[in-house]
Amino acid sequence: MSLVALQERIRAAAERAAPLRLRGGGSKDFYGNEPRGEILDTRDYAGIVSYEPTELVVTARCGTALSVLENTLKEKGQCLPFEPPHFGAATVGGCVAAGLSGPRRASAGALRDFLLGTKIVDGRGRVLSFGGQVMKNVAGYDVSRLLAGSLGTLGLIAEASLKVLPVPPADLTLRLEASEARALDLMNRWAGQPLPVSASAWHDGALTVRLSGAAPAVRAAAGTIGGEPVESAFWAALREQTDAFFDGPEPLWRIAVSSAAAPLGLPGRQLIEWGGAQRWQKSAAAAGPMREAAKRAGGHATLFRSSGNAAEVFTPLDSVLMRLHRELKKAFDPAGILNPGRMYAEL
Amino acid sequence: MGKALPVAKALLEFLPARAVLHEEEDTRPYECDGLTAYRQLPMVVALPETEEQVQRVLQTCAALGVPVVPRGAGTGLSGGALPSGDGVLLSMAKFMRVLRVDRLARTAVVQPGVRNAAISEAAAPFGLYYAPDPSSQIACTIGGNVAENSGGVHCLKYGLTVHNVLRVRGFTIGGEVVDFGSAAPDAPGYDLLALAIGSEGMLAVVTEVTVRLLPKPQCARVIMASFDDVEKAGQAVAAVLAAGIIPAGLEMMDQPATRAVEQYVGSGYDLEAAAILLCESDGTAEEVEDEIARTKAVLQGAGATRMTVSRDEAERLRFWSGRKAAFPAMGRVSPDYYCMDGTIPRKRLGEVLTFIAEMERKYGLRCPNVFHAGDGNLHPLILFDASNPDELHRTELFAGEVLEKCVAVGGTITGEHGVGVEKINQMCIQFRPDELELFLAVKRAFDPAGLLNPGKAVPTLARCAEFGRMHVSGGRLPHPELPRF
Repeated sequence: MSLVALQERIRAAAERAAPLRLRGGGSKDFYGNEPRGEILDTRDYAGIVSYEPTELVVTARCGTALSVLENTLKEKGQCLPFEPPHFGAATVGGCVAAGLSGPRRASAGALRDFLLGTKIVDGRGRVLSFGGQVMKNVAGYDVSRLLAGSLGTLGLIAEASLKVLPVPPADLTLRLEASEARALDLMNRWAGQPLPVSASAWHDGALTVRLSGAAPAVRAAAGTIGGEPVESAFWAALREQTDAFFDGPEPLWRIAVSSAAAPLGLPGRQLIEWGGAQRWQKSAAAAGPMREAAKRAGGHATLFRSSGNAAEVFTPLDSVLMRLHRELKKAFDPAGILNPGRMYAEL
Repeated sequence: MGKALPVAKALLEFLPARAVLHEEEDTRPYECDGLTAYRQLPMVVALPETEEQVQRVLQTCAALGVPVVPRGAGTGLSGGALPSGDGVLLSMAKFMRVLRVDRLARTAVVQPGVRNAAISEAAAPFGLYYAPDPSSQIACTIGGNVAENSGGVHCLKYGLTVHNVLRVRGFTIGGEVVDFGSAAPDAPGYDLLALAIGSEGMLAVVTEVTVRLLPKPQCARVIMASFDDVEKAGQAVAAVLAAGIIPAGLEMMDQPATRAVEQYVGSGYDLEAAAILLCESDGTAEEVEDEIARTKAVLQGAGATRMTVSRDEAERLRFWSGRKAAFPAMGRVSPDYYCMDGTIPRKRLGEVLTFIAEMERKYGLRCPNVFHAGDGNLHPLILFDASNPDELHRTELFAGEVLEKCVAVGGTITGEHGVGVEKINQMCIQFRPDELELFLAVKRAFDPAGLLNPGKAVPTLARCAEFGRMHVSGGRLPHPELPRF
């Protein structure tokens, strides 16, 4: 498939005002509101466009399998530091559109922090390029980062340039016993010291910590952290939500808060990540209390996975922010055909 | 000037007399920012002290259809705070308080007029600091840093403003309060925080900023490495990164630059070298020792002719002092200098430096180079005498050609200084009309009447058409006597 074919498809849909459901590997079909519209499969628009390890940048087309991209980087000793979840046959386009990051988020940064540039097809079928392949670029508004996590509602992300980093030379995973309050305190204190903590998670009385960096630094930090070494496979299970915590029929809430927020005390089972800033809650409780607890802790709550739940997926916006969102949507997609309603009903 | 009095009068309804300036002697200090080649007296200067006053200034101006230009410390290098002659210059200088520092959560909530360096000073008792360190950090304010997405010498490892700000509170031109981002790692909806950062004060006026603080590295050491060839120094940079090393800072200066700064600060630079690299490692003592050893081996292999590693903090700061003083040092060797800010893929460094050398001959002007080598951000400094109109004109043409070359090799016209008024014509080269039109639509989403910092950062398509008629590749304008806007 060519870029021109994608453009024509979108242009034709815009003329008919026919909604399009932009879709890569379908690995995140569960995420956001019910997708609707004719499927526009992006997987044929694939391939790594350029990769220069010494420039620390890779550019790939949207349909490129995330696993292919990661393996290519691995061959050169590099990685996507934000450790994006795959949840199946993820593509680069879907990865950027969903904007999700994995266990290393708290120390390395989020997907949007590594997104240097994009080439998009907007709702009128125009090919537009923003940002680029260089680390620093302040020419024009930062439209690329606006697209990260926009769930395909602003444009089809045809190509993305991502900053990459070397794989840390050494890592070590340690586990120790701690109550929730104690674990939150420890994670925040460690993050305030020059320790190479690259991931942390607490669940059911156990605090698991990963150290990554130069071997001598990891060794030295292990003494400060304490605990017993465990398998590092835990982090992949956490990232992919295959860990036993995620089993069970209850809805999965993602509660993003200030890392130092006190225990939320919500009903259900909880797993804390990102040094305290991401708290997963398996709970059948109503949306209201979840959203209020998140708000009190400086953040917001997302109904990440559920089956047939009627609640809004994302925290509703205030009227000023919603107006700005609607105006931006209109600027990118005046016919309102790109993944309509996937993020908010109004968009 | 006819509207100055009615506008001042409207502002005086809620601002004290000392906070509204409209006499020329009072407004004169606001006529330019760090880019002094462009000057314009504002019609009125407003100096609010509270968020409510900011809101009312904006509401008043919106109602009267008067443009508003926000300003921090005025250290910007692209004319982003150049006033509108028929508008209000909104100074945020009185918003100087650090509202709170949260040690456990490692955040600080500050007002926009707080100086960049003052944030790190407030965080220092907790062993924390604010990472982005533009060279103007003792004077520039966080509000301006947000507007420009400022960088610094450590951004390869620690990122730009956009990577270190969690939340921005501000007001739209309509006076509506908006919160972009949150105290959490992200916020629901579109990433308006990323859009606001670097928007050059055109989308909202910032009144409060929450920044992320990092633990101060236990120690840092810098290697000063000499090379007998500039291109070899560039290849050494690639070799360091290819070896899996991300230095905390990685800077290059060519010989004209080292010679100019050495007279000024005495950093102990190798003045015989064609170029020097400053390569810093930070972290725990173990990390630094390990990384310095690995980096030295790579630089040796890449042909370094001499290497010195800082032995203590005083020596480390001395090695950096010359780099940080590079701009003012140029003021000693030349009446004026013009700083460019293009960013290029590092592998094209040799080609771009050769091009700059050609331009030096073509325009008969000297151009020393300092370079954030790690992230490809060039700061060539054209030396000229502004009292000679022909030299100023040649400087502008020189700069325009270099920026266009940066775009041609896959880079950008500005890495960290912003477009402002200075590079607005080159935006027509970096972006196509459809892309510019989208930027304009984004602007309209926030500011339908186009009153907030008008005429900056994004050119109108009509302006690009005009520039296109004037612009001839190779830099010779058909009518050199015409003023360039």
